[in-house]
Amino acid sequence: MHEALLELADDHLILGHRLSEWCGHAPMLEEDLALPNMALDCIGSARTLYARAGELEGAGRDEDALAYRRGERAFRNCLLVERENGDFAQTMLRQLMFAAFMEPYWHAALGSTDEAVRGVAGKATKEMGYHIRHAGEWVIRLGDGAPESTLRMGRAVEELAPYADELFASSAAARAAEEAGVLPEREALRPAWEAVMSDVMGQAGLAWPDDVWPQTGGREGRHTEALGHLLAEMQSVHRAHPGAAW
Amino acid sequence: MYSQGLIGADGRSEETPEFLAAFQARIDAEEKIEPKDAMPEGYRRTLIRQIGQHAHSEIVGMLPEGNWITRAPSLKRKAALLAKVQDEGGHGLYLYSAAETLGVTRDEMTEELLDGRAKYSSIFNYPTLSWADIGCIGWLVDGAAIMNQIPLCRCSFGPYARAMIRVCKEESFHQRQGYEIMLTLTRGTEAQKEMAQDALDRWWWPSLMMFGPSDADSQHSDQSMAWKIKRFTNDELRQKFIDATVPQAEYLGLKVPDPELAWNAEKNGYDHGPIDWDEFWRVVKGGGPMNRERIAARRKAWEEGAWVREAALAHAEKRAARTAVAAE
Repeated sequence: MHEALLELADDHLILGHRLSEWCGHAPMLEEDLALPNMALDCIGSARTLYARAGELEGAGRDEDALAYRRGERAFRNCLLVERENGDFAQTMLRQLMFAAFMEPYWHAALGSTDEAVRGVAGKATKEMGYHIRHAGEWVIRLGDGAPESTLRMGRAVEELAPYADELFASSAAARAAEEAGVLPEREALRPAWEAVMSDVMGQAGLAWPDDVWPQTGGREGRHTEALGHLLAEMQSVHRAHPGAAW
Repeated sequence: MYSQGLIGADGRSEETPEFLAAFQARIDAEEKIEPKDAMPEGYRRTLIRQIGQHAHSEIVGMLPEGNWITRAPSLKRKAALLAKVQDEGGHGLYLYSAAETLGVTRDEMTEELLDGRAKYSSIFNYPTLSWADIGCIGWLVDGAAIMNQIPLCRCSFGPYARAMIRVCKEESFHQRQGYEIMLTLTRGTEAQKEMAQDALDRWWWPSLMMFGPSDADSQHSDQSMAWKIKRFTNDELRQKFIDATVPQAEYLGLKVPDPELAWNAEKNGYDHGPIDWDEFWRVVKGGGPMNRERIAARRKAWEEGAWVREAALAHAEKRAARTAVAAE
């Protein structure tokens, strides 16, 4: 069970970390405030999920042991969230793709048999609804904006489309949690995800490519080259001082 | 986070003596001046300059701390630092809005920052080299900012005074958070203690410089004091800061890097060694260790974000045009 929660926690931490990289470097001050806000939502959910995963594992690992003392092959996040930020178009599309999946996911998880999961779900459904609105509005503005933004948004779709499918795939650990009623079934959320995406993409004047070769492997710890660099940076201070408290 | 040391404001006014006297009478009666009120041009210019510098300081100040968000050593610290840096951005946003009430736009102020015409607090031209720097910035830099900003809550210009009330509450939280980082480090491993002392060694003197030139050399103080934009002199605030901070350093078990620091029972405050004003002016004029990098980072964000801002504008125009067609 704890492994299924780790997958979810890793998704949220890695995406939160990526979003936090924008802080102070966004295209406008309002986004310098919005991006850390979304990052905080993701990191907040990750913390509760790590704590619960550690508790279920029963090996005495707390949130920091799980976040800072596992190597990249032990991380179980989907590949979408570890993708480098790229430009603002890619960051917003990535956020929309993730939130359009997680919003119905957390909504379904409100009925989880696990209290901690229900707790995260209660908070995260609202947050992900906001992320859909925020990122979705940007995808529309950029897609249906000026020639350069339309071009960049089109490229973002091409770049990120291969990473959509992995969202709907359940690992063996996730399937066990789904059968136990702890987590919702991933594949069942496809229609809800497609409804949000096609609405936004339609308003943005964008089309999803037909022949996409899905990229997967994150749930088995086979990541893109980007994750190792992210972890090397994120874990550097913590790992340089074994046993220290912060 | 910001402290005084207002540099380069032009406080001259050409109004009639009667107008200036009537304005001064309102100030002396502790009335708040509001954006639509008549005010001397020098008052307006001084405030635009000061609030603009303050706003820029918040924005540039996001960079040295942002440098450690991705390396924060625990998830709790990571979340707290993110929230703190976001608060600083929020302060920038209020302050730009307060300045805009005086007839200047945020874009104009941003351009002045990027081309070097507008200044920001020089403290941010120093690098953050370890996690302990994040503790020191909260404890010392935000601590110094609070010393300056508490009196600004009573500033004669209403929008600035009101913005400061909320900003001060948040800064005070940041200051406690920074001190708590230092406390954890100084109660930690030998390496953590060394990290904490090293950070204090590097941030102490620049923090004292945040209060601006000594009173003997401060050009703008008299007029700003008369207009009640400013309530205490640079040296008065610096002394308050030292007196409050030295016992905090002692509690941490850290040594303040000033061999001449000594309690003076007669003045009921600390005496301190000489401040290196050559260094202060060098950093103000662009020769600090990070001046170029800070402005380059802001310029890069601004230039690389241009297509996003243009797209937002283009989309809004398209949408307005479609609404107009639909209404016909």
